[in-house]
Amino acid sequence: MKEYQTITEVSGPLVFAEVDEPVGYDEIVEIETPEGETLRGQVLESSEGIVSIQVFEGTGGIDRNASVRFLGETMKMPVTEDLLGRVLDGSGNPIDGGPEIVPDERVDIVGEAINPYSREYPEEFIQTGVSAIDGMNTLVRGQKLPIFSGSGLPHNELALQIARQATVPEEEEGDDEDGSEFAVIFGAMGITQEEANEFMQDFERTGALERSVVFMNLADDPAVERTVTPRLALTTAEYLAFEKDYHVLVILTDITNYCEALREIGAAREEVPGRRGYPGYMYTDLAQLYERAGRIEGREGSVTQIPILTMPGDDDTHPIPDLTGYITEGQIVMDRDLNSQGIEPPINVLPSLSRLMDDGIGEGLTRADHGDVSDQMYAAYAEGEDLRDLVNIVGREALSERDNKFLDFADRFEEEFAQQGYDTNRTIEDTLEIGWDLLSMLPKEELNRIGEDLIEEHYREEEPEAAEVSAD
Amino acid sequence: MSQAEDIETVDEDGVIESVSGPVVTAADLDARMNDVVYVGDEGLMGEVIEIEGNLTTIQVYEETSGVGPGEPVENTGEPLSVDLGPGMLNAIYDGVQRPLDVLEEKMGTAFLDRGVDAPGIDFEKEWEFEPTVDEGDAVEPGDVIGEVPETASITHKVMVPPDSDGGEVTSIEAGEFTVDEPVAELDSGEEITMHQEWPVREARPAEEKETPTIPLVSGQRILDGLFPIAKGGTAAIPGPFGSGKTVTQHQLAKWADADIVVYVGCGERGNEMTEVIEDFPELEDPKTGKPLMSRTCLIANTSNMPVAARESCIYTGITIAEYFRDMGYDVALMADSTSRWAEAMREISSRLEEMPGEEGYPAYLAASLSEFYERAGLFQNINGTQGSVSVIGAVSPPGGDFSEPVTQNTLRIVKTFWALDADLAERRHFPSINWNESYSLYRQQLDPWFRENVEEDWPEVRQWAVDVLDEEDELQEIVQLVGKDALPEDQQLTLEVARYLREAWLQQNAFHDVDTYCDPKKTYRMLQAIKTLNDEAFEALDAGVPVDEIANVDAAPRLNRMGTAEEWNEFIDELESDLEEQIRSLY
Repeated sequence: MKEYQTITEVSGPLVFAEVDEPVGYDEIVEIETPEGETLRGQVLESSEGIVSIQVFEGTGGIDRNASVRFLGETMKMPVTEDLLGRVLDGSGNPIDGGPEIVPDERVDIVGEAINPYSREYPEEFIQTGVSAIDGMNTLVRGQKLPIFSGSGLPHNELALQIARQATVPEEEEGDDEDGSEFAVIFGAMGITQEEANEFMQDFERTGALERSVVFMNLADDPAVERTVTPRLALTTAEYLAFEKDYHVLVILTDITNYCEALREIGAAREEVPGRRGYPGYMYTDLAQLYERAGRIEGREGSVTQIPILTMPGDDDTHPIPDLTGYITEGQIVMDRDLNSQGIEPPINVLPSLSRLMDDGIGEGLTRADHGDVSDQMYAAYAEGEDLRDLVNIVGREALSERDNKFLDFADRFEEEFAQQGYDTNRTIEDTLEIGWDLLSMLPKEELNRIGEDLIEEHYREEEPEAAEVSAD
Repeated sequence: MSQAEDIETVDEDGVIESVSGPVVTAADLDARMNDVVYVGDEGLMGEVIEIEGNLTTIQVYEETSGVGPGEPVENTGEPLSVDLGPGMLNAIYDGVQRPLDVLEEKMGTAFLDRGVDAPGIDFEKEWEFEPTVDEGDAVEPGDVIGEVPETASITHKVMVPPDSDGGEVTSIEAGEFTVDEPVAELDSGEEITMHQEWPVREARPAEEKETPTIPLVSGQRILDGLFPIAKGGTAAIPGPFGSGKTVTQHQLAKWADADIVVYVGCGERGNEMTEVIEDFPELEDPKTGKPLMSRTCLIANTSNMPVAARESCIYTGITIAEYFRDMGYDVALMADSTSRWAEAMREISSRLEEMPGEEGYPAYLAASLSEFYERAGLFQNINGTQGSVSVIGAVSPPGGDFSEPVTQNTLRIVKTFWALDADLAERRHFPSINWNESYSLYRQQLDPWFRENVEEDWPEVRQWAVDVLDEEDELQEIVQLVGKDALPEDQQLTLEVARYLREAWLQQNAFHDVDTYCDPKKTYRMLQAIKTLNDEAFEALDAGVPVDEIANVDAAPRLNRMGTAEEWNEFIDELESDLEEQIRSLY
């Protein structure tokens, strides 16, 4: 290991140093400041004679005399099952005062892509206990389903509720589940201390910490470190899932902060910026995180990801949600209007989507009527939403009886189906029954997305009259 | 450095000068543009993309972590090529034609390791070769000399390579051969094997490009019915995320009546490719009843696989498609998504510090796109057969904004445009192709085929549907202001008919066993049934029946069940006569 005192330039998070021996791309670097502080960084570009280094902890205190050591290896995450229950900082060092971590293995954090041929298609239903998700945008094991939120919306409550309640219903009776346990990996990037406390308190209150690994990069921690935190979290997740057979749920929050960090590094490197100043390779970079979800043939475990991102200005065409949506398998969208109406969780199902839903539901998985019910509720709610605009102009009286039923449906959908509170855990049966309660408000002939036999089986013959009377 | 005598002495191997992500610069490398090189101690595969003075810039198809200056670069002296021959169907490749199943076996892990090479076709396997020419026959480049039963549905034609000189066949015989063993010998001494190599960035030669007149029937009502694509045509499917690009592409790959399907998953999701790999072997070709996989070649370069290989996967796909076209097959190539391909170009270009064009894309974006789409078409091949390559490219415009460069440059080239609509997707109207924005410039040249093979008045009935949908679009604007009941009765009726057009005809459930594929004849009859409702209803209206009564006849909602009806001929017969009877009984 060679030491240099050859720093020629320090600019933002970057340090340039002259070297007389070749240095590998992505290699880890230690920089010792004259005050004796050791900072860690990573090689961003390696040329004959000069390297540029991205420093994780910020470049404060570095001067021309700081010494630079190249460790000759790329960044590794020490992994072991004992990480469960531990709290680490954004660079993977324990901050919970617990014992030092004795790793089983040290794994490269730049994960290798899973061979698409070796993947197993995700189709195991995860019951989150949240109707708007289970009923309308079903999550399955191995999926990556982000929460698109905005500043000030209760995405953390929703994430915690999912982490608390998520189960696979058949598990209790199933006999194949002896080896596989559930684990939560929580990767925080640039969240505030307060938010962090909220998460930690909930983890401790519910005893979830025991089966969790927490990575904390807080708002006042160096921004560059944020580019490493999710990779540490996902490397740990892959280890637990594919080596130790855990079903791992990874919650990453907040992806927006991660992307800001990417932009900061890009700007410091004077790269040609893409849309809104974010680097042109952001799609590839995000894909390297999100694609680390999945199942592998022949392995018990799975990695399911719920990344959270706050859309700047609630704009889903902003590059961060936009690129995310193109990579992830759907999205759960939080809605400001629903939130101000007091709907908990304020999930707007219309722009939400789960791409893997169709294969994870139906007979034998959830219930035979699930797909049709969900389709019909989507169509009916969308129609009701449209009519609301019209009501604002012409008033309710001007609408036909049929239209009024759709309006009532939309209202009750929000108040009874989406609304449930953060502590209510609904089974998929509960969710679908509420669905039928609502659909039975509509005349049978309008249920054109549902198979006739299913209508026979579930349609409530009595209730529509009662509902109509009260609606009049 | 660049004196002539130096070049003589310079070793072909170079040395890495710098590394930045997928872009590596090497010194002292004696290479031509687009040569394939092996980079570093691990021998990572790369391609020369720029030469400047003594420095050669290389895009590397694998992850470059840990690679540093001073490591060697070895030149193969060959441009990036694909191996062509029997064994490509039923296969799944990465962006540089390495079979993913072989990689899994060689690497011994489910993760993609580096520095492992694998040929695109199996060199060990023996194929049954049956000659179609005799000794003494004269053959020219491109000529078919024999056949190999490759899969259940496809016979592989063994051709004289296009770059051969041809000549008289001096020996040829039937038997079991590996792809590298000569199956024939020409009087020039040239030995012909079943294996050809072809550089991916170069189109395979053809005699002539012709005007396509036969539709690529997709079994999707909105496509066959309103916006058909020709065999040998080009189409673009742009749409924001979640609007159903991939499902539409999958549907086309499953049901399009092409002989061969090349599916390129370019920078998309891993799980989606897995779905294709798991689903296709179980699905049957509606025409032949054989497994779909036996006519399919998959290329999967998912979003987290190296970006340079994403740039090349489109070319790998189209070259394979052209090879099958040369055999006289109709090939359909689906590229999902061309935006990811353009982004890969942008990423490489920005690492090269090239002057950016619009939105950071390289200035040659338009040229690359048109070059790619121009490789599609109906061709007279050099061996006299006729074959086609149809290209259907998905486009993923950022924020769903169609004015961005990739969509715009694509639209300048393609002749069919299927605009996906997030609004429709949100209300679960699938396929969410917007009928007001989409178009097909092939309609007229395909009309004769539809008249002959489906129904004589197909174009007229279609025009009727288009008119009703157009009228609905205009009426909806008024309805938004004053409500439906304020419209005159005939317009209310038009809205009702249009609703059935949308819900019963345009909508199609890709996940329903019956509805997923709709024969063009069924497409026509379903449309005709809605027209029956229309014609009967307007007559009743003229006779003074109120619109509410007409709209509420029992039979009408049954129109919505036509798509899922298995015995559709009987179902529609009965429905039409019920509609007639019930509406006529009102007056």
